[in-house]
Order: sequence, then C-alpha cells, then structure tokens
Amino acid sequence: MATKASRTAARMMMAPAVIVLLGWMLVPLIMTLWFSFRNYLPLRGGDLGFAGFDNYVRFITSSAFWPAVLATLTIVLGTLIITVVLGVLLALLLDQPMWGQGIVRILVIAPFFVMPTVSGLVWKNMFLDSVNGLFAHAARAIGVTPVEWIIEAPFFSIILITSWTWLPFATLILLTAIQSLDSEQLDAAEMDGAPKIKRFWYIIVPHMSRAITVVILIQTIFLLSVFAEIFVTTAGAFGSKTLTYLIYQRVLESQNIGLGSAGGVYAIILANIVAVFLMRIVGKNLDA
Amino acid sequence: MGQIELKKVTKRFGETEVIPPLDLVIGEGEFVVFVGPSGCGKSTLLRLIAGLEDITSGTIEIDGQDATAVGPAKRGLAMVFQSYALYPHMTVRKNIAFPLKMAGMDAAAINAKVTAAASVLNLTDYLDRRPGQLSGGQRQRVAIGRAIVREPSAFLFDEPLSNLDAALRVNMRLEITELHQTLKTTMIYVTHDQVEAMTMADKIVVLRAGNIEQVGSPLELYRTPRNTFVAGFIGSPKMNLIDGAEAAKHGVATIGIRPEHVTVSKDGGDWQGRVTVAEHLGSDTFLHVASDLGQMTVRVGGEMNVRHGDTIWMTPDMTHLHRFGADGLRTP
Repeated sequence: MATKASRTAARMMMAPAVIVLLGWMLVPLIMTLWFSFRNYLPLRGGDLGFAGFDNYVRFITSSAFWPAVLATLTIVLGTLIITVVLGVLLALLLDQPMWGQGIVRILVIAPFFVMPTVSGLVWKNMFLDSVNGLFAHAARAIGVTPVEWIIEAPFFSIILITSWTWLPFATLILLTAIQSLDSEQLDAAEMDGAPKIKRFWYIIVPHMSRAITVVILIQTIFLLSVFAEIFVTTAGAFGSKTLTYLIYQRVLESQNIGLGSAGGVYAIILANIVAVFLMRIVGKNLDA
Repeated sequence: MGQIELKKVTKRFGETEVIPPLDLVIGEGEFVVFVGPSGCGKSTLLRLIAGLEDITSGTIEIDGQDATAVGPAKRGLAMVFQSYALYPHMTVRKNIAFPLKMAGMDAAAINAKVTAAASVLNLTDYLDRRPGQLSGGQRQRVAIGRAIVREPSAFLFDEPLSNLDAALRVNMRLEITELHQTLKTTMIYVTHDQVEAMTMADKIVVLRAGNIEQVGSPLELYRTPRNTFVAGFIGSPKMNLIDGAEAAKHGVATIGIRPEHVTVSKDGGDWQGRVTVAEHLGSDTFLHVASDLGQMTVRVGGEMNVRHGDTIWMTPDMTHLHRFGADGLRTP
C-alpha cells in the first residue's frame, strides 16, 4: 500500500486542494496583519504609512474595549449555558422511542439552517417587537405592559436568538453521544441500585462529557464572531457591542482599517487559543 | 436465600410472543444454566428474572416473596453482563464500590469490602486503573467483583465468557465454578455454548423459541434427551440422528447414536461409509463419514490411521441407542 511511489502520488494529488486552502487562508491573514501595522484611513488620506504598534495599543486602551470584552463574554457564556443544559435535556427526550421520530429530529435541527440575519429579523419583528411581537400580544393578553425587549434587555434578546440557532447543533451532537452509550451500562447501574437521577449523573453525564466539551469549544469559536444577530437588532446600542462588532465599527463606521485590523488580530489570537484546545480534544476523541 | 420460582411467566414484545407460559423452579444454591441457540429467549428470560424487562403475565417469586412488581435493584440479584458493562470513566475501585455507594454504605465499610473482593479476584494491583487499561479476563473479574460485593441472593450471568478467547474462557469457566463452590449462592448462567452448560451446571434448562425443552442434570440430558432437539443440542460432537428405513427397523421414526457410541472398523460392521474428513486430535480422532444413512460423525479413542476417502465400517452400541417417535419425543 504505502510504497514510496504511492505516497508521492498521494501528495501530488492532494497538493492542489492544500494549496488552494492555504492561499484562501493565508492571503486574508497576511493582509490583516499588514494593515494592522499601517495607518490606513480610506476617507482621510488613504494609506499614511507605518504606524508601528499604535493600532494595537489604541484598540485595547479605547474606552469601548473592556465593555466589548464583557459583552462578548456575556453572550458567549449565556448561550453556552442555555444550549448545553437544554441540549442535554432535549437529547435525552429525543432519545426516547416515539412516534414520528425521524420527522421530529429533522424539525429540531431546522433552526440551525436559518441564516443568522434572517433569524435575527424574525425574532426582532415577530417575537420581541413591543407592538406587533408575539411576546407583546401575550403580555397584553394577560394585562401586562409589553416589554421593549431589545431596549430593556438587549443581552437577553441576543442570547435568545443565538441560543435558538445553536441549540439544535448542541442537541444533535449530544443526541449522538447518548445513542452511543451501551445500554447494558444503564442496566448494570439499575441493577446496582441507582435510580434514574443517579444513573443520569453517574453514567450518562460522564459518558457525554467529551461531547459536551466539543460542543462548548466549537460553539465558543462561532459565538465569538456573532455579528448579524447584533447588527439587525440593537446595532451595537444599549451596551451590546461585542469585540466583533467593535472591529466592524472601527473599520466601516470610523473608516480606520488599521485600527480594525489590529482588533482582528486580537480576535484571531483569541479564537486560536480556543482552537488549540478543540484540536486536542477532537484528536483524543479520534484516537479512542 | 436464593430460591427463585417462575409461575406461568410470559413475555410479549408487541405481537410476538417471546416466552410462552413457562414454569420453572430454581433451588437455593443451585448452578442453573439456560442454554439454547441464539434467539431462543434465554437472555430475555434472564432479564425478566433480573427485572430489567417487565413480564407480560405470570409471577416471579424470590425466596417465597412475590417479586413480580419489585424493581431490579430491590430483588437482591446481581448480574454480570455480556459486555461486562463496566463504567469506563470510573476506576476499578469505584466500579466495584458503585453498588455499595448507591446503597448508602459508609466509606470505611465500602473500602473493606472492595479490598476483600479484589483480593479474592486477584485485582488488588489494578484497583486504580480504568477498565480500558485492563485485559478481557480482568474486566470480567471486575464485573464479577461488582456483583459479589453486593452479597446478592443469586447471581445472573448473561453469556459472560463469549467475548473472551478460547484459553481464557476455559480458565474463567473454572473460576466461576470455584466461585460457586465457595459462595454457595444460587447462580443462573445463560450461554449458547453447550460445553459451558455441561461443565458448569448442576441443572441445565434447554430452551427453544421460549419453550423449555428439558430440565435436568448434565448427565440426565446426555443419557436421556427428551426429544430430538435436546439430543442434537447436548453433546459434542452432535448426536447422529438417523431416520428412514434404518430407524423403521427399530420401530421408530428417528434413532440417535452419539459419535462416542459407535465402534469403527476397517474390516466389517453394520454400516458402511467413506471418510470425508478425519480430525486427529491425538487423544481422539473424529471421523466425518458419508454413509448410506447420511452424513455421520464418529469418535475413535486415541489415534486411528484413516484418511480422506478410506472406507470404514461402523457398528452402533445398541445399549446407547436413542429412539424417537414421529413427534420427536423419546420412546423407551
């Protein structure tokens, strides 16, 4: 099988794909790095030469930086908690034999296929809107003043939307984890005198721990870059400006490409730290 | 302690009846083996006794108490599973301690029991390992350890040796038999391997399609199989079942003769045949013979110089001839 000639042939045949992928990844990365060291203001004179580390310093010393970090963490953590907890419960529920299992499972996955912009708009206009939203109708029906969700609870609103998108993903991964559990282990635990709750804690949760970690890490990477949901709802107002949104504002609203690129480099570093952990865990999963 | 009685027990999965009404008494301290081909309902029967499946009708009594509606944990039975069902994220110590922990026993008592069980099963050096780091035989012992610490009134084994290699299986078979002699606790053992059944059991229950075909000691089953199914299932190699004209000479539909009850000669005898395969084991020689009566297997003690294609003569030992009627049942 693995003769020298066949290995060379394999490398040759993989080369085009690898080169395209590398180029796809490296060109924007190098451009971002390049711009982050330039003083580049498109509407105010264009490329004004090297800026050294000025952009990096300015980005983190800006008064908007720490609130943005906090906002990012709030959205990431809030969504993670909701999706993992509900994901485990939904996975347990979907694992039960029931009528129309296949259809139910497809329906559960459906929200994941809705584009973030679309789901943001649907939630904003159809659910959270204080005049026409379903929540407002429900509130009026029971005689309560409707809440201006996006203004009064911007984080809650955004987390609700992102959780809605990511819950199916978590559920799906956790469901496959539950299904891979050897039913004899549960039988054994039952014989050993563990009631349902204890079987859940001592057998099911440890069995799912690796899947939960994978869900957390993958979601973290994607949630760090949540943008559309904020753009179409609060547009960064009411303190809901995340790091991603801050970078967007620096580049497009302030027309400062250098400063935005420096923020982008920070984001790359952050995402890579998470990615390293993810690679390790997924790699371990494949070994086992 | 440890008497189990099944009365008119049935089990249906939807429309399919897996266990038709079945009565069985398992006496205290007995080693009972459920044996049968795959799909005969033996594992289902064990799970019914364990309480892991609900019975459709009938009653199960354990030590004279009706246990039909009692949950599996409360029946006082311990089970060893085919896959061992060890908890992969717990160390051997925690695996063995799990049932005690669930029973709310205090840490010192748990520790003492786990240590004692580990020394009986030669697991002392492995207590801090995970199941994944153990060999098949060691995993099997951990599973047994987890069962014995509970001091159950009966042990249930669900094909516990089927995942082990042949040499280890013989070893573990001995260990389980010895364990039974030490503990003197009732054991119910499910297997599809009639050798395991013959070597370990006090009492064998032969099952086919959920029906009990025969209950008895290994030698009873060997000497007086109740019907052609038991005759063909118990004993290795299988009994030769012959029907047609030869059986009619004895006034029955089928006659059976075990391979070891046939005398083989190269010169003359009752039945003539041609050797298709000769298996030379040293201690015995098994000959597969194409005869006028059909394919037969015979055993010759020691070494016999025959090869593929040789013609031989076979003479059955009439005192060991089994006669079966047209309904498959034994006739005297």
